[in-house]
Amino acid sequence: MSRDSAASAPGESGVRSGRPVGRKVTGSRWGRVLEGGLLQGGVQGSPVLRLFMRWVRRPLLPVMRLWRRNIQLKIVVTTLLMSLGVVLLLGFVVIGQVRNGLLDAKVKASQSQATGGFSVAKQKADAAVTANGDDGSSADGRPSKNVSQWMNDLVVSLSSGGQGAFDVVTLSSTVAGNGGAGRGPRSSGDVDPTVSIPEDLRARVDSNTMAAQSYTRVVYKDGKESQAALVIGKQVLDPNGDAYQLYYLFPLTQEEKSLSLVKGTLATAGLFVVVLLGAIAWLVVRQVVTPVRMAAGIAERLSAGRLQERMKVTGEDDIARLGEAFNKMAQNLQLKIQQLEDLSRMQRRFVSDVSHELRTPLTTVRMAADVIHDARVDFDPVTARSAELLADQLDRFETLLADLLEISRFDAGAAALEAEAIDLREVVRRVVSGAEPLAERKGSQIRVVGDQQPVVAEADARRVERVLRNLVVNAVEHGDGKEVVVKLATAGGAVAIAVRDYGVGLKPGEATRVFSRFWRADPARARTTGGTGLGLSIALEDARLHGGWLQAWGEPGGGSQFRLTLPRTADEPLRGSPIPLEPMDSRRNRGLNDAGLPSGGGDKLATVPMQGAGGKAAPPMQRTSVVPRMAGASPTADPTALPGNGARVVPRPSGPVRRPDDMPAAGAERSMQERGRDGGGPEELGQAEPEELGQGEAFRGR
Amino acid sequence: MKGRVLVVDDDTALAEMLGIVLRGEGFEPSFVADGDKALAAFRETKPDLVLLDLMLPGRDGIEVCRLIRAESGVPIVMLTAKSDTVDVVVGLESGADDYIVKPFKPKELVARIRARLRRSEEPAPEQLAIGDLVIDVAGHSVKREGQSIALTPLEFDLLVALARKPWQVFTREVLLEQVWGYRHAADTRLVNVHVQRLRSKVEKDPERPEIVVTVRGVGYKAGPS
Repeated sequence: MSRDSAASAPGESGVRSGRPVGRKVTGSRWGRVLEGGLLQGGVQGSPVLRLFMRWVRRPLLPVMRLWRRNIQLKIVVTTLLMSLGVVLLLGFVVIGQVRNGLLDAKVKASQSQATGGFSVAKQKADAAVTANGDDGSSADGRPSKNVSQWMNDLVVSLSSGGQGAFDVVTLSSTVAGNGGAGRGPRSSGDVDPTVSIPEDLRARVDSNTMAAQSYTRVVYKDGKESQAALVIGKQVLDPNGDAYQLYYLFPLTQEEKSLSLVKGTLATAGLFVVVLLGAIAWLVVRQVVTPVRMAAGIAERLSAGRLQERMKVTGEDDIARLGEAFNKMAQNLQLKIQQLEDLSRMQRRFVSDVSHELRTPLTTVRMAADVIHDARVDFDPVTARSAELLADQLDRFETLLADLLEISRFDAGAAALEAEAIDLREVVRRVVSGAEPLAERKGSQIRVVGDQQPVVAEADARRVERVLRNLVVNAVEHGDGKEVVVKLATAGGAVAIAVRDYGVGLKPGEATRVFSRFWRADPARARTTGGTGLGLSIALEDARLHGGWLQAWGEPGGGSQFRLTLPRTADEPLRGSPIPLEPMDSRRNRGLNDAGLPSGGGDKLATVPMQGAGGKAAPPMQRTSVVPRMAGASPTADPTALPGNGARVVPRPSGPVRRPDDMPAAGAERSMQERGRDGGGPEELGQAEPEELGQGEAFRGR
Repeated sequence: MKGRVLVVDDDTALAEMLGIVLRGEGFEPSFVADGDKALAAFRETKPDLVLLDLMLPGRDGIEVCRLIRAESGVPIVMLTAKSDTVDVVVGLESGADDYIVKPFKPKELVARIRARLRRSEEPAPEQLAIGDLVIDVAGHSVKREGQSIALTPLEFDLLVALARKPWQVFTREVLLEQVWGYRHAADTRLVNVHVQRLRSKVEKDPERPEIVVTVRGVGYKAGPS
């Protein structure tokens, strides 16, 4: 039993998370039980029936849930039902035995009584014959009157022997030719002779001279209640030598009383036994279930972070062992967590110390370099240029150090979110005004769209600003001097900011790789601006910290769009983004519209932004050769695969598509390595997956 | 412009470099390398501003900051290598007016020092009322029912900025610009911490502020006067 309950406990505690699966299984089992008898085979065909079943089942659902979730109830009810069955069986057996015993005794006593009575009747008849010997044989009218009188006397005398214990009935024989002669039925004790004696008994009595017996109900003429009785009958000759039937009726009143007493006793005892067994089962199960429930509750609290929670252990039984094992587990867990926390604290401490130790000399160097830099006009050209280089590279070194420290803070889990309700338009405005000088230099213009209404979200202004600054500066830098559009939108529980540029864009597959640390779009291309290669990684971590997404889209030569989606209130899971990842003016969307093709994919994107990410990945319509192969994969964009990372989510294409001929195998290998290096959170996994998809995309792109 | 600056830093190279830069900008720096001696040096030199490293041998920067703040409202700028919120907030709560994260550019440092020193150059006779507080701007005093409340110059500036326009809601950025004098938004944590500190001094119940009211999602404003 303890195993039973132990096994159910995790299920019970995990009900919240595991509910859908569990309900489905048990539910269908119940459904089968319910439907099995009623509509076997008819379910599929008839929606009406199914509706009816649902209607029947609905009020049962709470009961069923209680049944599923409460093992105590289950065991108590089972015990009750089973003990009820046992008690009923026992009751029937016992009652049967008692009845047989009682009747056997009664039958024996009655038989001897009746045998005595029959011989008395015979003797009386013989005596009457000898007494009437002289004149009895001559007259024909008299004897019948005499016999009638004699019969009356006989019944009275016979029945006088056992007043109340039995009654006597005489009936004329039913055999033909023997009738008439004034021999009507007679009876003692107001018994209704004809109704009380069963017909088949009369027939049997007629057919032979042996005594015959049967059970019947005695009916009384004076309205007394009828009674079960044993009737024994025999064919006897009257003084005239004619046969008549003499019956002894033994009412079974006493036996019935005894039997009903036994029945009552048994029923009462049975009821008590059942109830007590139920109560016992309840108590016993409670003994087992209480610790299990306690364990479940404590496990829940443990998982909620209250690591000092322990079970109360008393005794040395199995339950106590469970408790001890549980406590040991909790203890170890706490120890491990503490170790990890210590480790993390040490790591943080180390980072902070390193930061301090590095920064102080760097500050001195920096200040010295600035002083030298300011005085460079007095130097010869070589020294002056050196001073410039020194100052510039120090800048870069500083940003790199800062970014490294920031990343290590994320890695150590030391990054804390300071979320409060902020208007993202303010942040955007600050970022845009900060990026204006750079944009001017690059000759591009920054346009903000969708800032008519407040876009408020609970977010860490500092981090969001950092993310946006990164995105906007990137867009300006890679925008080829073309326009940069910052778009804001809010819908549902999410806000989104998308930064669109029309520059070199991203090559297929790069959309996910841009978020890798120290990744460079084109290693061959000279680095004009001093990015550290960590900016987008940090931005991605910032987005994750908010529980948001940072995703990229791009097409070669067609520019790119980076979209930051944040939940409107912290802790709220994101379900979609108000802005589609692929902008409306992408080459593919424009191509679609120009071709006038049914824009199924596009519509889907607009209405369900999350699926949009997947749907968008649907191949460009003009490349019709790929469409049929992709068709199978694209509609099943798995929403759960939507990670809070930089990956655009693309349904995984089927094998042949994914491993195209012109895709070097090294690419796949590298992505595997990257996955390995990134290590294992589920998010990382999510990131790796779309990466592969990115390769599928690469194929399509070519 | 007077400009005696006390530099409390144990790193001699940095201290020397700071000295070079500060002298170059016309300040008169003096130095102390030990936290234990910082307070004595402070009393002795009576600086117009203190540059205080957070990590010091002997008494750490936080403690020194608290001690100085206990006896003077002189502007304190912390030098910190830690930009983590906790470190910054602890430093600000101990009484620093501003902080600057290493590594910093000399110009940035000078700008901040000037911003802190600048305020003492603009006295204008003005009486303000906010809640049950009476503020004498020129006299640099705040009184509640005749009882004066001691505020640091920065807290005073913050209160005056809010009280001058009680109808206006100030964003943190605006406050940074008006009170701290930063054109480019620095760190809004500065504002948060100083508002907390101001509240702890001027509010009857800092948990339910009536003088400096938070406007959720926007910033702060002065309470009804």
